Amino acid sequence: MLPIAALVASSGEDGWRGFWDAVSDPGAVAALKLTLLASLAVSLLNAVLGTITAWVLVRDDFRGKAAMNAIIDLPFALPTIVAGLTLLALYGPKSPVGIDVAYSRTSVVLALLFVTLPFVVRTVQPVLQELDREMEEAAKSLGASELKTFRRVILPNILPGILSGIALAFAKAVGEFGSLVIITGNLPYKTEVSSVYIFGRIESGDGTGAAATAVVLLAISFALLLSIGVIRHVATRHEHA
Amino acid sequence: MRRWPLRVVAIGYLLAILVGPLAIVFWRTFEDGVDPAWSALTQPDTVHAFELTLIITAIAVPVNTVFGVVCALAIVRRSFPGKGLLNAFIDLPLALSPVVVGLALFLLYGREGWFGSWLDRHDIQFLFALPSMVVATIFVSIPFVAREVVPTLREIGDDQEQAARTLGASGWQTFWRITLPSIRWAVIYGVILTTARCLGEYGAVAVVSGRLQGETETATLRVQERYESFDLAGAYAISILLAVVAIAVLLTMTVIRPREEHA
Repeated sequence: MLPIAALVASSGEDGWRGFWDAVSDPGAVAALKLTLLASLAVSLLNAVLGTITAWVLVRDDFRGKAAMNAIIDLPFALPTIVAGLTLLALYGPKSPVGIDVAYSRTSVVLALLFVTLPFVVRTVQPVLQELDREMEEAAKSLGASELKTFRRVILPNILPGILSGIALAFAKAVGEFGSLVIITGNLPYKTEVSSVYIFGRIESGDGTGAAATAVVLLAISFALLLSIGVIRHVATRHEHA
Repeated sequence: MRRWPLRVVAIGYLLAILVGPLAIVFWRTFEDGVDPAWSALTQPDTVHAFELTLIITAIAVPVNTVFGVVCALAIVRRSFPGKGLLNAFIDLPLALSPVVVGLALFLLYGREGWFGSWLDRHDIQFLFALPSMVVATIFVSIPFVAREVVPTLREIGDDQEQAARTLGASGWQTFWRITLPSIRWAVIYGVILTTARCLGEYGAVAVVSGRLQGETETATLRVQERYESFDLAGAYAISILLAVVAIAVLLTMTVIRPREEHA
């Protein structure tokens, strides 16, 4: 906890004015904008693709499903710097499939997709497993279409799972560093996210500037943790009702 | 519902994002046989980087295991002021950028930091040396053991512990004979996750280590250094070794998870 206190104290060293100047530096603002937009995009992509993946893992059955289930956690186990390097090998200048997104904003989204992939899958999967199939069958026998059954019966049940998965993915994406370093090229105003910006400030000896932007990220992390707590609380209350 | 379209989407997504990139790196590394990869891995600085990573992990994992179990016990079995705060702080490293963690340590222990002058006076090299790298690694891997143990502790309840105590067991005996055996799979699972996180830590260590080649360079820092020195083969070889460890971690998790759930 002390390190966090030192961080907050240091960000205020030059007073409120100094803090504000550091936070509103055009480079810092551009980096923060990119961080938030890319994280948002990645969270939403995760919501859709993660839910589909969880669905396939729970309801579908095919050879290799167990392996697929194990692979989902790979981003938790693989060092982020390795993740960045492997993505560059497939989607970089020497891409064997002819897709080169290196040093572009797409590469930011791609790297963030990799590191956040497990979250929504792992929050939705257990809920789907517990879900009572009878409700769906009842809905279907009463003439509801597949889509309507999903929207009216399944979605409300798995929504808290999706939301807490999104919040976790967003939190991870906002702070991500290792996987972005290699593939994005860290171009200021283009592919430089906040954590890379902070790293750059530290390297050039501007501790206060780094601390100011870091405090903004810290506040975002706290807010997300709180909202995850609230989502969990609401979800369990719903269960007990 | 027809299943195959969703199946194709899910598998395609995993192939494109996870399996494909890793497969390409495997292929590129061993394109010309095992020898180039081997000679890249046996460079003295690379060997040193792996040794350093192992030393840091060997310190950080036991510390976090003890701390995680103690915290989990405190959160589930005791009530004290500030418990909610402890609960929130345990999760914080999961949501916090590793660079921010590194920066916080940097500011606390740096020359102008709160402890900086004290360290200076006692001639202790903290930043750009092993101690700061260990502390950074411990910080980012704090949550894993506690997060695995807390739900298990809640689930098993404290009936058996109370029974042991009424039969005259001391707190210590109760812990070793009753509590620990029933949470062991959760602890092991947490230890594996902690180990993976320690081996792979990059951002926080990058800030506090100063990245001195052959001195404070860990395996993950070495990957980047090799890449920036245009030694792709070297970067790939180290990455593959780290990836193999990650895959071993995954396999172990798959074996342990059912046991943990049935414990």
